[in-house]
Amino acid sequence: MSKEIDAAKGWSRVLVLVVLAAAWQLAAMHLQNRALPPPSAVLEALANEARSGDLLFHLGKTLTRVALSFVLAMIAGVALGIAMGRWPRLDQLLDGLLIFGLNVPALVTTILCYIWFGLSETAAILAVVVNKVPMVAVTLREGARAIDPGLMDVARAYRLPPLRRFFRVYLPQLIPYLFSAARNGLALIWKIVLVVELLGRSDGVGFQIGNFFHFFDIASILSYTLAFSALILILEGLCLRPLENHLNRWRT
Amino acid sequence: MTGPTKNNQVLQIDIESKRYPSGTCALHDLHFSVAPGDFVAIVGPSGAGKSTLLKIIGGLDTHFAGRVQMPAETRFGTMFQEPRLMPWLTVRQNLQLVKPDLTAAQLKNLLADVRLDDCAELFPSQLSGGMQRRVALLRAFIVAPHILLMDEPFQSLDAPGAAQLRQQLIALWKQSEATVLFVTHSLTEALSLASRVLFFSGSPARIVLDYKVELANPRTIDSPEVVAMAQQLLQSHPNILGGSAGV
Repeated sequence: MSKEIDAAKGWSRVLVLVVLAAAWQLAAMHLQNRALPPPSAVLEALANEARSGDLLFHLGKTLTRVALSFVLAMIAGVALGIAMGRWPRLDQLLDGLLIFGLNVPALVTTILCYIWFGLSETAAILAVVVNKVPMVAVTLREGARAIDPGLMDVARAYRLPPLRRFFRVYLPQLIPYLFSAARNGLALIWKIVLVVELLGRSDGVGFQIGNFFHFFDIASILSYTLAFSALILILEGLCLRPLENHLNRWRT
Repeated sequence: MTGPTKNNQVLQIDIESKRYPSGTCALHDLHFSVAPGDFVAIVGPSGAGKSTLLKIIGGLDTHFAGRVQMPAETRFGTMFQEPRLMPWLTVRQNLQLVKPDLTAAQLKNLLADVRLDDCAELFPSQLSGGMQRRVALLRAFIVAPHILLMDEPFQSLDAPGAAQLRQQLIALWKQSEATVLFVTHSLTEALSLASRVLFFSGSPARIVLDYKVELANPRTIDSPEVVAMAQQLLQSHPNILGGSAGV
């Protein structure tokens, strides 16, 4: 029953995409303007880039940066968020800094990192991580504040050793917050990575899009955008969502 | 502070005072000791600080003036007012949480003891309230506790469910060497389970009556001897449940 509903949902999602693509094709054919190439031209550009090997190379570069900064930002943000939710004094101390961090534009941190640490890979990753950590921390702080003291009392009453207490009693309570942070994180990080690549790297999707911009090659810009968005969707659908469903199977 | 006891008592309580963060005094000048293997019920008006006392004994609340003495390495089992199982762990995993070396055979026997056969791989949300409490009861016993702390564990159950759990509690207790402290506000529940009943006054709690129960098991809250004893108690101490031993 629920499988049929899922399948129907899946098909209706595909249908929306098909309708959008058709509308785009019609509009492009009607306008006949270089600024709006039809989907067929974008697919052709995609095929060309894929054949030359450029697409895979730059996607790989960007994906590596996304993965690395995602992992680092999650670790730092989760630790900071838990600590701030746990100790009100630390929270008071760092709250202002956190709000500041949330509001600094990605462009500013990127430029500053490049100026202070040079046009290096480390500076690029650091810029993305600095951008993302405050958001993860804010989400996890909410989670740490919502920890059920009754369940923590169970852990204390039975004298559970610290690691078991953390992984089997504490952390499971944070899972909805972890997934919220991860999902938002994935969406935000790849956008920031592109800016970072545009400003100071000589490979990656952001660098390529900068190049195509100089040549006014809109079809190629769109082809890279589509390819990377699809990759993120697949990551979310094949990794994040099944993992979340598995961890939430006790909610009936 | 905690430390060893004298005179072979499993527990020696000497609480000078316990104040809540709000400043209200919950416990004052409370002294008693508990002999090994005893089943002590604590009865008193709500808000008398009974739960707080259990938290202090169990080491969950350390902000008090006085001493709680017990032998070193005392193991505790605890049952709270709610089952408090981890919702993300199955019945088996909830039990393994407190006893990781639980074998499949032990698990099977334990679940059969409380008539939860075939429930090992279910999550708490798939169990009724009574079944969740039976799992919590098992969890309290499988750590082989020296002291079992129970804070009105059966209060929100229907009468047959509560009766069944009381029966299972007594059965498990008889097989164990646990000393039980059982908080309740029901006089007949206390008399049907305990070998000794401590009656508490209202806040701040003092002991107004220390009552020995010498009745044969098995008995229930409806057994004639339990009902008679309750009536007799209420006749000699009309306001005992309100926290006063006076006539």
